[in-house]
Amino acid sequence: MQLFVEQLLNGIAMGSIYALITLGLALVYGVMRILHVAHAAVYTVGAYVGVLVFHLTGSLLPAFLGAMGFCALLGIVIERFIYFPLLKYPPYVPLIGSIAAMLAIEELCRLVAGPYILTFPAKLPFPAIHFGGVTISETLMAVYCITAGVLIFLWYITTRTELGLAMRAASQDISIADAMGINTQAIMGITFIIGSAIAAIAGILVGIYYNEIYPTMGAVPAYKTLALIVVGGMGSVPGAVIASLMLGVAETLLIGYANIPLPRDALAFIAMIAVLMWRSEGLMGSK
Amino acid sequence: MSSYVITIATLIVIYAIVVLGLNVIVGFAGQISLGHAAFFGIGAYASAILTTKAGLSFWMALPFVILISGLIGLLLGLPSLRVRDDFLAITTIGINFIVEAVFLYIPFFGGALGIGGIPKIILFGVKLKGGAFFSLCLMFLGVVLLVCWWFTRSWGGLACFALRENEEAASSMGISPMRFKLLAFVLGTAMAGLGGALYAHYMRFISATDFSFPLSITFLGMIVLGGMGTLWGPVLGALLLGILPELFRPLVNYRILFYTVILLLMIRFQPSGLLGETSLARKVFSFRFLGART
Repeated sequence: MQLFVEQLLNGIAMGSIYALITLGLALVYGVMRILHVAHAAVYTVGAYVGVLVFHLTGSLLPAFLGAMGFCALLGIVIERFIYFPLLKYPPYVPLIGSIAAMLAIEELCRLVAGPYILTFPAKLPFPAIHFGGVTISETLMAVYCITAGVLIFLWYITTRTELGLAMRAASQDISIADAMGINTQAIMGITFIIGSAIAAIAGILVGIYYNEIYPTMGAVPAYKTLALIVVGGMGSVPGAVIASLMLGVAETLLIGYANIPLPRDALAFIAMIAVLMWRSEGLMGSK
Repeated sequence: MSSYVITIATLIVIYAIVVLGLNVIVGFAGQISLGHAAFFGIGAYASAILTTKAGLSFWMALPFVILISGLIGLLLGLPSLRVRDDFLAITTIGINFIVEAVFLYIPFFGGALGIGGIPKIILFGVKLKGGAFFSLCLMFLGVVLLVCWWFTRSWGGLACFALRENEEAASSMGISPMRFKLLAFVLGTAMAGLGGALYAHYMRFISATDFSFPLSITFLGMIVLGGMGTLWGPVLGALLLGILPELFRPLVNYRILFYTVILLLMIRFQPSGLLGETSLARKVFSFRFLGART
């Protein structure tokens, strides 16, 4: 029972991290209808910038801020120079562009930082909690609290501000939103800033959680999170979060208990194909 | 020719066969597929198992290999009837990951060790290697090109072009999306299977990681570079993306970076490819013999 609870807690942490990466993807898909594979490369860059600033300043807050700022900038560059000019083409064109950008950024990380695994020896200032024999470690607490904070922030932005209203309008129908006087080009930029900054947070959290950062750390999330936004419902932020949490828990429990001869990375895709066949609009999507 | 050149050339021809198959699905029928390496792998594994475990010769196994690849292509083409564009792209990525996982984790397929000891192809009592094997691949490439050319001239091909341009309009004219999409998938995956069989008997050892997702991207990159939906574009793409890494060999550390940056610049400034409809090459020369983008 104790083991089960610990597995569950780890699973939720995994799911939270997936959620942080998937959020940006869902936001971008909502507004631009682009599968932003290079998002995972932004997340890798976030981890690297984070560890660099951490080593320079010796404290975590500037690491987070620096990484978020740098990734926001990177996100804008990708949006302006790759996606925006390709919007008029069929969807596979920006998709291939995105995959190429992802591989190029991954290679740049390898060339600049070296192919080795870097460690991230930081302690997050959160209290550990002991509860009837079960311990929630500092890192787990940090992952939970930061994810919750990001989600609340995002919920507030999208539902309680004018900017959120404009973002929702743009994701419903971008040309109508444009006609209504919303500066959709600015909305696209802001979406990329928010999504990329959150990816930077995810990158640093993963770096601390596993204590390792390496150039290809984005390779598996890049495609798994695509499956997650399908399961959640294309462009639906709550759906993406729920799907991420479910996947995190399912993966962890499956490794711990079931003995199926499939790697856990295939699980997301199997779930996705099941969802597509059974409820093709996704968990929270609307048609 | 040195054996180094022959090895590169043989692989390029095999890739050209596979990429022509992908072109039928993506270029002709307009169905995005990011899991083509899976079918390449299915062909390779089918041929490897039939020749090593069932004891068939390459030539006996080949019809079964093409049949198996086509049938699995039919099965996995079914999602394309339900989902479009982005969904289909992600689904095919998923198929690639799942197929690779099946090869890797099920002992029948050799697991992590892969399958070794695949026999050489014997033709007229001679074991083919080097230049002879290359000629055989070239012959198969010719056959595949002929099939593609014939397809663009056939009703099936025309129906696929119509579906690619506008599915609603085409189906209201009485073209069955199901029939022709599946036709394109079967044809395309069967070609990938043929390429896979050649690959298996050339390498004589295969493992699951040979057919992982990055290879699918390379295949798609080849048709994007060459020109999607044209007859010779995929061959040109396979040739260029096959040679480029060799040219960059002195810069071994920067190879992948160059490669991806070229792909990125290409998709950014010439999304229809070198031989595509609106490409620079076509505007300058307007080669009539180059293409079949009707």
